[in-house]
Amino acid sequence: MSLIQQITEMYTPLLNVENLNVEFRNHAGKSIHAVRDVSFSLGQERLGIVGESGSGKSTVGRSILSLIPTSAKIKANKIALNGVDLLKLSELEMRQFRGNKISMIMQDPKHALNPVMRVGDQIAEAFRLHNRIGRAKAKQKVLDILNDVQIRDPERVFRAYPHELSGGMGQRVMIAMMLIPGPDLLIADEPTSALDVTVQMQILAIIDDLVRDKGMGLIFISHDLNLMASFCDRILIMYAGRIVEECRASELSQAKHPYTKGLLACLPTVENSDQKLTTLNRDPAWLE
Amino acid sequence: MAGIIDIHNLDVHLGRGKDAVHAVRNVSFSVKKGESFGLVGESGSGKSTVLRAISGLYKNFTGKINIDGKVQNQHKGVDFYKNLQMVFQDPYASLHPRHTVDQTLSEPLQIHKLDQVEKRIRTALERVGLGLNFRFRYPHQLSGGQRQRVAIARAMILEPRILLLDEPTSALDVSVQAEVLNLLTELRIEYNLTYILVSHDLAVVAYMCEQIAVMNQGQIVENLSKDQIMKSNATERYTQQLLAASKGYDRDAAGKLLQF
Ligand SMILES: Nc1ncnc2c1ncn2[C@@H]1O[C@H](COP(=O)(O)OP(=O)(O)OP(=O)(O)O)[C@@H](O)[C@H]1O
Ligand SMILES: Nc1ncnc2c1ncn2[C@@H]1O[C@H](COP(=O)(O)OP(=O)(O)OP(=O)(O)O)[C@@H](O)[C@H]1O
Ligand SMILES: [Mg+2]
Ligand SMILES: [Mg+2]
Repeated sequence: MSLIQQITEMYTPLLNVENLNVEFRNHAGKSIHAVRDVSFSLGQERLGIVGESGSGKSTVGRSILSLIPTSAKIKANKIALNGVDLLKLSELEMRQFRGNKISMIMQDPKHALNPVMRVGDQIAEAFRLHNRIGRAKAKQKVLDILNDVQIRDPERVFRAYPHELSGGMGQRVMIAMMLIPGPDLLIADEPTSALDVTVQMQILAIIDDLVRDKGMGLIFISHDLNLMASFCDRILIMYAGRIVEECRASELSQAKHPYTKGLLACLPTVENSDQKLTTLNRDPAWLE
Repeated sequence: MAGIIDIHNLDVHLGRGKDAVHAVRNVSFSVKKGESFGLVGESGSGKSTVLRAISGLYKNFTGKINIDGKVQNQHKGVDFYKNLQMVFQDPYASLHPRHTVDQTLSEPLQIHKLDQVEKRIRTALERVGLGLNFRFRYPHQLSGGQRQRVAIARAMILEPRILLLDEPTSALDVSVQAEVLNLLTELRIEYNLTYILVSHDLAVVAYMCEQIAVMNQGQIVENLSKDQIMKSNATERYTQQLLAASKGYDRDAAGKLLQF
């Protein structure tokens, strides 16, 4: 048994995805096979997914929540959360799972917020859905949550509309909302791409503590390879819809697949600051 | 100061009444023609607001914004916008949901009455690494990174002299990022373009920019050279903390971060 398998076995699998395939149809009726034979399991751990743009990362996340357009075909042997096969749930049951057991922080935060509703009211609504408390108490809770995600002036942001927030503030509001139900599984799709590194670190610490102390499972999708290596436990590397490599996060720099190595070589560093950046030469063999 | 962009004592107030925000406070900097200037700093510190003010989206600022020797408010004709383009931070909000990639790219060409529409669109797509099969897709049929490339293609299709880039690569994977950064560098050298680049990725900023301003709570707290960023050599404590945090996630360090 490989070391990675041994580590995996030590966790109780919270989520089990077996042989997931997703096909979209474009305007011309041509099919786009966005996710191919993807299998993985997740314990109470921080699992990263990296891979180039269009490789299918968000589609994997959205498939778990059944948030795929009906025109697309989704097939899997199973997508099980705590042993419950999500593919067999009715639309109504799935909605309950989405609200309570699984949360997803979407890649486009402002898109996911209601543009004509005040930010504070949106968070309060989410909060009151999960806790029986009155308006005044809910407001205090929301202010506390905003404070937790490092918003400097919670009172103002409470009254603001989404377009009045900076990119990173919108992202933090979204994160706050998704953490309210206390989910078993959090899927975070580029959750901190608009945050400066210090605020990012503080937000990740909140999520980290939920994994460690509350046993939450985390799927973390990001392009930031250095962040993934330092934050996650394990990393899946996707290419053209497939998982081409899996490694311990701390060993990402020693990855073996030429694609992963190629990605790492693209990063700007102190050493290459006066040279052209290396780009990726895609090898058709990676598609097999 | 004799830059192509001169900002002098810029102040921007947003919002009203008790929700008024002093988003930009007494900001001054100058960018020479052909230079690439970096803006970094805390989320919410006013970086995007500075870019929006330069691109003429606010009427109610105080201070001076000079572009190419002219006061910004006086000459916002069609030419002004052709020469100065902005890539917005949020590619989801900035692309029209019911416009195909083709419509998005041809619109600015029509507004500015440019010829060779077909050729320009093909070149623009090729430059950002999107194949022609993306040309008739709608935004919802694109991944996050693909949308951002459309936004970059749209800004570059007019061949502007100044590009304001707000987190242009934060939605891109590192291989596309490398391609886009190489492209931006090539264009800058070839056409002597001037950039202001906002990014949270300090390695990207250090790679692209000679001069970098660090913002916190609406103000520029420190100016750094490329070399200083790469050597983590800063004077202000806020900047020192920012540079340290860019080394990667560390739970213990997260608990000890100070607010400035
Ligand atoms: N609704 C849709 N219709 C058609 N194609 C789609 C649709 N949604 C996604 N795709 C395509 O499926 C592929 C995978 O998309 P996905 O959003 O999962 O990529 P990603 O890995 O998350 O990329 P990024 O890092 O850029 O966000 C892409 O080629 C994308 O264009
Ligand atoms: N239309 C608006 N109305 C009121 N306040 C606004 C508006 N737009 C921005 N603000 C406020 O101005 C401040 C600066 O926002 P800005 O978008 O410039 O920050 P930023 O430095 O770009 O942050 P980020 O890195 O998170 O994108 C924030 O406090 C924000 O809430
Ligand atoms: Mg995505
Ligand atoms: Mg911004």
